[in-house]
Amino acid sequence: MNLFSNIAEYTEFFVRSFFFRWNMRKHRDRILEQIDSVGIGSLPIIVIISSFLGLVTTVQLSYQLLGLLPRYFLGATVGRMVLIELGPILTGLIVSGRCASAMAAEIGTMRVTEQIDALESMAINPYHFLNFPRIFGTMISLPILTIFSEFVSIYAGALYAHAFLNVPLDVYNYGLVRNFFTRDLFGGLLKAFLFSFAISISGCYFGFKVKGGAREVGIATTYAVVTACMLILILDFIVALVVFG
Amino acid sequence: MIEIKNLTKQFDGHYVLDNVSFQVVEAKLVVVLGPSGTGKTILLKSILRLIPADNGEVYFDGKNILTADEQEVYQIRKDVGFIFQSSALFDSMNVYENIALPLIEHTTMSNREIKEQIKNLLEIVGLPGKEKLYPRALSGGMKRLVSIARALALSPKYLFYDEPTTGLDPVMRERIVNLIISLKKDYQKSGIVVTHDLETAEAVGDVIYMLKDGKIKKLEKIEKGIYG
Repeated sequence: MNLFSNIAEYTEFFVRSFFFRWNMRKHRDRILEQIDSVGIGSLPIIVIISSFLGLVTTVQLSYQLLGLLPRYFLGATVGRMVLIELGPILTGLIVSGRCASAMAAEIGTMRVTEQIDALESMAINPYHFLNFPRIFGTMISLPILTIFSEFVSIYAGALYAHAFLNVPLDVYNYGLVRNFFTRDLFGGLLKAFLFSFAISISGCYFGFKVKGGAREVGIATTYAVVTACMLILILDFIVALVVFG
Repeated sequence: MIEIKNLTKQFDGHYVLDNVSFQVVEAKLVVVLGPSGTGKTILLKSILRLIPADNGEVYFDGKNILTADEQEVYQIRKDVGFIFQSSALFDSMNVYENIALPLIEHTTMSNREIKEQIKNLLEIVGLPGKEKLYPRALSGGMKRLVSIARALALSPKYLFYDEPTTGLDPVMRERIVNLIISLKKDYQKSGIVVTHDLETAEAVGDVIYMLKDGKIKKLEKIEKGIYG
């Protein structure tokens, strides 16, 4: 029962924060701020982790495939794995760890220092003012970050294959292009799009719910990240079932 | 006029506000006095529906905020400036941005007009030229003054002060008390001041109430500093 009421509350929170008449002129600067924080701010960590993701995937696949299948299969398999699954999910998990916690901490601190009450007292809807730019900014940033992560992963793998596995870049690319399906790319991006909601809403929701002080803000950040990660895995399964199942 | 009728709020069976009723008339300040922890802040927040009340009615110029829909509530709140005990300034914004926020959100003023308005407001509260400072660079008293400037931005009819002089040195306390008196006399701002400080209550209040154990009682002045 508690689970159902929590889901209902979470959904209501999303509806209040996102479904209203948008005034982009008013929200523009705050959305850009969030794109800067979520998107540009996550780039360095995404580059590092995606590079290693590409390297590890290539090493593992070469261990399993080389000698059994033609060499171009390496590019084909790394590409598809990254586009369908690894790119979106890893980017989602990194951004949830980095940004859902930051959103919960920031909004939670605003809650305990009466800044949200101050917005309400000035007749400014805090759901629109605080949550909408975060949700919209993440919605724009995460798919772009995912594409970037996929590109870095695939070509980190290509460089490793070229340098250490005797797989020339054009052979790797041939496999990549030969086995490219637009459904893979868009299925992966659909995941990223849905993950963006899981991350931003969890961050805002648990921040908003904070009552108390610093300890409760800490607890809210933990809940925000855990919930975002769980939702990412659930959504991943649903999209896999619907698009690739 | 603000009319509060039978306002009730309880937490876990303990009545913080028990049928509280009083009125705030034009250009008068009502002071609610009471020791710390008696629910003075809850009273202020319940009146403005920042905290949901369990029962009662609160009329702002005839409109009951407790039964109004969301749009009407926001409309009523535009007529009220709220000065929080913690000042509640947005720490990611500087003084200018803090005061400009309600103007940007609710008016069609140009940037130049907003700049001019903020300059005037900072002069009224005695902080000219502090536009670029961030809250972390301000003292407690200065934060309180910026908070008053922000509350005045939309030229509200009523001002709610939550412990406006608590935790301030005597000089800053006097400065804020004089500002509250001047806002009432020169700008006709009526409102509610909640405080536990009798000196502040005496200095600014036209009517003084005592809130204790959830009940509110009007105090009659016998002589300076002595009420019955």
